[in-house]
Amino acid sequence: MTFRRIDSDIEKRIKANPKYHELVARRARLSWGLVIPLCLLYLGYQLAVVWAPGVLGAPIAEGMVTTIGIPVVFVIIGVLMAATGVYVWRANTCYDRLIAEIIEDLHS
Amino acid sequence: MRRRFFLSVMALAVMAAPVPALASGAITAGGARGETNPIAITMFLAIVALTLLITWWAAKRTRSASDFYAAGNRITGWQNGMAIAGDFMSAASFLGISAAIYMRGYDGLLFLIGSVMVWPVILFLIAERLRNLGTYTFADVCAQRLKRAPMRTMSACGTLAVVALYMIAQMVGAGALIEILFGLDYSYAVIMVGVLMTVYVSFGGMIATTWVQITKAILLFIGGVVLAGLVMVHVGFSFETLFSHAAANYPGGTSVMVPGGMMKDPISAISMGLAFLFGPAGLPHILIRFFTVPDARAARKSVLYATGIISIFQIAILILGFGALALIAADPAYLTASGQLIGGQNMASVHLAHAVGGNLFLGFISAVAFATILAVVAGLTLSAASTVAHDLYANVFRHGTASERQIMRVAKITPLVIGIIAILLGILFKGQNVAFMAVLAFSVAASINFPILFLAMYWRGLTTRGAVIGGFAGLATAAVLVVLSKVVWVDVIGFSQAIFPYSYPTLFSMLAAFSCAWLFSVTDRSERAAKDRAGFDVQYIRSQIGDITR
Repeated sequence: MTFRRIDSDIEKRIKANPKYHELVARRARLSWGLVIPLCLLYLGYQLAVVWAPGVLGAPIAEGMVTTIGIPVVFVIIGVLMAATGVYVWRANTCYDRLIAEIIEDLHS
Repeated sequence: MRRRFFLSVMALAVMAAPVPALASGAITAGGARGETNPIAITMFLAIVALTLLITWWAAKRTRSASDFYAAGNRITGWQNGMAIAGDFMSAASFLGISAAIYMRGYDGLLFLIGSVMVWPVILFLIAERLRNLGTYTFADVCAQRLKRAPMRTMSACGTLAVVALYMIAQMVGAGALIEILFGLDYSYAVIMVGVLMTVYVSFGGMIATTWVQITKAILLFIGGVVLAGLVMVHVGFSFETLFSHAAANYPGGTSVMVPGGMMKDPISAISMGLAFLFGPAGLPHILIRFFTVPDARAARKSVLYATGIISIFQIAILILGFGALALIAADPAYLTASGQLIGGQNMASVHLAHAVGGNLFLGFISAVAFATILAVVAGLTLSAASTVAHDLYANVFRHGTASERQIMRVAKITPLVIGIIAILLGILFKGQNVAFMAVLAFSVAASINFPILFLAMYWRGLTTRGAVIGGFAGLATAAVLVVLSKVVWVDVIGFSQAIFPYSYPTLFSMLAAFSCAWLFSVTDRSERAAKDRAGFDVQYIRSQIGDITR
């Protein structure tokens, strides 16, 4: 069975379902919990380039050419990949199950 | 010259588009037209034949409007991930960012991090909701609860503005690049690009556009990674050796490894950061990709794959940039008498391919660089055709009364019109400094499309009035500030001092868009505003659990 549209009855039933509120809360917590630190990390890096080029430009060890800024680039890219991985893993295991249950509850 | 070139590279590197900004002044700076390389031409013809084959195959499968706009939602997460990565792994990053590293060392890496940064943001905030709420264009989302005609008109303006700016920048860059790579005359090159993109989109719609993009993404990814691998073989797989060789050939020595010079003040740094963070999230040809997959789950997966592919590719670019310094910067075979790279500094990766892989690899890389341009202009053309047919024609002009046949006809004729305009503009702007268009396209995307889409999805209080005024405020601010900044005021018009001192207007234009949208929404007491706010709950439920009516 499918619904023609979300009418006020279905809207009320979904809003009354605690699983819906759990879904919204969990998703918001994870999304903003990841997006805000990542934005701060990136803007922080941009500002470090302006304010502390000497720190990023210091050699990683005495006598080496490679600077601290290079591993920083690798770490940032690694963190970004890891964050997308965490989100997709949580979404696949948790949100999709909750969404299926919410729709199931509508049919019962 | 160096400075002007760098500005173009900067502009071009921020773009997902291939070689947009390359002010042709810069690209032809190296001198004469390139010699014709028979291997490059053979490979290039093979790629064109393959893409036409794909288009022919796709044309047979393009029957409904849904096929044309959204490939019938039959693209899988993995395929869409490749296509998104393809939209982003452009000649701009392949040639532009590696050239920026070649010229400026560490500062070039800022573009590299920026190109990866946006994907988590798109994933966490936009991808799933966009898929749940929209059908063919991002205007579907903006017009869900807000008034249809003004919202669709505004979204279409945002889309067409971005596409036009991108397209001009690209046509000019493409013509100049092809002239060097294949020895083909500029005007013929522009006409060829225009004709091919029209054929892909008009006949094959989203199915052809997506598969051309996937094919190119695979070729470019393989080319970039193999090239980086060959460089690493040369330096014995040691980054320290790579960097020390690079420093030995860099005019400033080990300062090649130190940031600085490019970013002098925090406002520029933040403004550029915002352009990278939110610009791609407002690019219409990226946003329509999310409608090609069946559901939110696949949308989410496609960003995961795209992020992985783009990240690996960007690390390859890092190796290419420093590798070019290490291996070819001191080799007279690749330099003009004045010490510039032959064909312009943008050719760093292309020359590097010759240095480590010989003529065969050079031919492959040149052909792939060209394929990359074709694939991205096709995506742009499709997003423009979608907004014209779906938003303007079907919804604003015909108020939803047009038949599918009529809509399809408009959708298929629009690419032809766009192709003709693009060719004319490409020829008209030949030799012009179009660096500013790249910066502007990106800033416009971050200042109209992104704020309105974001607020429509997340903020109950947004009203039609607030959205329209906010969107146009963002557009106007971005346009005016770019004109007053160095790229137009000094480099194009010729004044000695820029009025707006920063390279990116994003900090100010995004602020203008968000604050106007807020102010004109909260003060909106109209009947329409009450309706706009009342529609939020149903829209929010749908954005969370998907369209249960499907």
